[in-house]
Amino acid sequence: METSLSFANVLTWLNDPANWQGPDGVIARIGEQVYYAIIAVVIAVVIAIPLGLVIGHTGRGVVVVAGMANALRAIPTFGLLIYLVVLISPRIHSRGDLPYLLPTEIVLVLLAIPPILTSTYAGVQNVDPEVRDAAKGMGMTGSQVVRKVELPNALPLVLSGTRSATLQVIATATVAAYVTLGGLGRYLVDGLSQLNDPHAGYPAAVAGAILVALLAIVADLLFAFAQRFLVPRGVSGRFRSTAKAAAPTSVSAGPMEVTVGPS
Amino acid sequence: MEVWNYFRNNQSDVLHWLWNNAWLAGVPLVVGFLLALPIGYLASRYRWIYPPTVTATGLLYTIPSLALFILLPGVLHTKILNPLNVVVALTIYTLALLVRVVADALNAVPDEARSTATAMGFTPRQRLVGVELPLAVPVIAAGLRVAAVSNVSLVSVAAIIGVPQLGQLFTAGFQTFSNAPILLGLLLVILLALAFDAVILLVARALTPWQRVAQAR
Amino acid sequence: MIRFEAVSKIYPDGTVAVDHLDLEAPSGQITVLVGPSGCGKTTSLRMINRMIEPTSGRIWLDDRDTATVPPAQLRRGIGYVIQHAGLFPHRTVVDNIATVPFLLGQDKRSARERAMELLDQVGLPASFAKRYPAQLSGGQQQRVGVARALAADPPVMLMDEPFSAVDPVVRAQLQDEFLRLQHELGKTIVFVTHDIDEAIKLGDRVAVLRIGGKLAQLASPAELLSRPADAFVAGFVGRDRGYRALGFTAAGSLPLRQEATVPLGLDLSEAAGQAEDGWVLVVDDENRPQGWLALTGVAQEALHGPVTPDLLNLGGTLATVEGTLRAALDAALSSPSGRGVVVDADGRFLGTVSASQVLARIEEQASAVRTARSALAVGSEA
Repeated sequence: METSLSFANVLTWLNDPANWQGPDGVIARIGEQVYYAIIAVVIAVVIAIPLGLVIGHTGRGVVVVAGMANALRAIPTFGLLIYLVVLISPRIHSRGDLPYLLPTEIVLVLLAIPPILTSTYAGVQNVDPEVRDAAKGMGMTGSQVVRKVELPNALPLVLSGTRSATLQVIATATVAAYVTLGGLGRYLVDGLSQLNDPHAGYPAAVAGAILVALLAIVADLLFAFAQRFLVPRGVSGRFRSTAKAAAPTSVSAGPMEVTVGPS
Repeated sequence: MEVWNYFRNNQSDVLHWLWNNAWLAGVPLVVGFLLALPIGYLASRYRWIYPPTVTATGLLYTIPSLALFILLPGVLHTKILNPLNVVVALTIYTLALLVRVVADALNAVPDEARSTATAMGFTPRQRLVGVELPLAVPVIAAGLRVAAVSNVSLVSVAAIIGVPQLGQLFTAGFQTFSNAPILLGLLLVILLALAFDAVILLVARALTPWQRVAQAR
Repeated sequence: MIRFEAVSKIYPDGTVAVDHLDLEAPSGQITVLVGPSGCGKTTSLRMINRMIEPTSGRIWLDDRDTATVPPAQLRRGIGYVIQHAGLFPHRTVVDNIATVPFLLGQDKRSARERAMELLDQVGLPASFAKRYPAQLSGGQQQRVGVARALAADPPVMLMDEPFSAVDPVVRAQLQDEFLRLQHELGKTIVFVTHDIDEAIKLGDRVAVLRIGGKLAQLASPAELLSRPADAFVAGFVGRDRGYRALGFTAAGSLPLRQEATVPLGLDLSEAAGQAEDGWVLVVDDENRPQGWLALTGVAQEALHGPVTPDLLNLGGTLATVEGTLRAALDAALSSPSGRGVVVDADGRFLGTVSASQVLARIEEQASAVRTARSALAVGSEA
């Protein structure tokens, strides 16, 4: 019914403290979503940053990795999620969310790795070769060059890749409610199945949608602040300006940075 | 193979969904692109427009798709499973992505080419069409490819709100806990995404003969 | 004719780029704007085609005030060449050259034909037509840039350090070809450079600007070298002024000494008989000098076999009979035998001249100039 698809009761829903507390309350749901997201991002960072540093520093494997990252983008995360859930959950016999959480986390990690990986190695490669040369000339070993020179200089891109990844993860974690997980997506999915209910139906779904959008925005802003404060002053704004003939490749920071994909 | 059998058994539905998926991804791509061009141009031409535009579009892009699919029916006064919701949502994402890409692509055009064009007597409009846009094609094409692939993938989420497209294969598979429809869905979505990608790539190549030549040196 | 009338350019933050510039660039001649960084030469140039708008003053193109002509229209009538050519990377060479004719609505076929003619005129092969700028070297791109500026046959050309970005050998070639082209075409050209030697070589008139955008001196190159207006100009023009000024005076008829030459292939023992002071000039069968052969201190026994190019000393330069005093002096100074070689317009040997003979001619002319000047001064006082 169209009439039930109105925003009228959303505020009522949001103002009702009962909706905020308890295991089904907003606070709990936000906690769950953040929890799912953090696990995935942390694992992805642990895998992708070192790998990206190595690839960027040695220059080997760039083409392969770039190609793979590109190809992975074509895989629908929703489909992958369902596939892994169907594949894995029957094999896990434990209580709680684990049967569904595990495949979900796998998908989230797979989703988060490409942006962090590509931005890390791009960040390392963007380091002015003269700077790298000077570092080696001063007697730094390979790993020292990585730690003291390349990583700090690559930081802006690394952070922006992580930011991308986090947003994608938050978005996909919303959809994970479809496969019986918690998180704010719960309101959306549940609301859809009882649209006409004036309390738990569309108004709840909309409230959930607004809240998850806010969550994403807050996460984005947190990263923005982090970027401003964590990046050493001399480095911020030190993107190599796009040279003429190299315009398409070096602005891979552009569309790549914006691999923010809701899913 | 199971997958093939599933396809044969549900052929008309699957093809119908494939077709839907294609235009549900394609229409927003085109519309979003056409809208992004003037906005991106303004953002590149007038420096002060750039930061707020990029921030605004960035924010739009962070909104999860499912959330947008749920919010839009209330705004547009459509039914939940109306495909229009999907088209509008994806147009918003495409627009959000491409505005920045267009602005950056135009900014990346070498200043020399631009000022030479002015010095030779191009009007701003002639310069845009004759010099800046052609040189911006590579970067814009890269952005279009990202948008296209992302759109194809996002459409599948709309199965949750009941829109008929390839995502229905995923929900069917989940509901029956069977692999065949899921695999079929994955395969078709990936192929569709790669098809969009290839078409855009080929068109971009055709429009930029000077790039091929430069690489051949 | 281009005329600056009290033109100033002051930026919002107070920087004075050009300060009440009065300047006239005569039609059909090359006027060079030269000066150190910050003297406003490029700013002045770009005010002519309104890429930069003057803060005050007017710029006249013949009898039109440039401010009254719509900018795009104005620019299509002015050829513009810049440092890195600024060719459009996405267009072929021929389409780059034909840019302005296309803009003016000329049909593609005839515009491209004309472009091919220009390609030839700037010394590039027709096979370059379908290439893209990225496939050309810097010097080649610069030539295309010049061709492009000429395509719509504009009466006026503005050139902003067009030859600065190429290496010295290519630069010298481009300069020579540019002079040849100008000789054919007779355009009104305003040329900006930071290199005083380029200014002196290319300019019919040279305007030296000082930092802050003021005109220090506007004069012919010869006058700039011999009578710099003040210490700044003198310093900017640099050392060796006297020597460089010799490049502007014709040598006139120098007393040429006939001497024996030796053809390539002649037996060395015979060549030795022709040598004076141990040196003999070797020529080819068209009587063109190939180099000097040194025969001092060579034992009789070693003198067998023919005269071959690898035995020759190539140190001396050649002076043409119609050439300048500078070329004549250099030929004499650089010659290993002390005898400067003079040739005719086709490069055939005419005779030799010694350094003291050239110097005598130089002094003769200098004293004539001094006499003429003091006569003028006396005359004007009278």
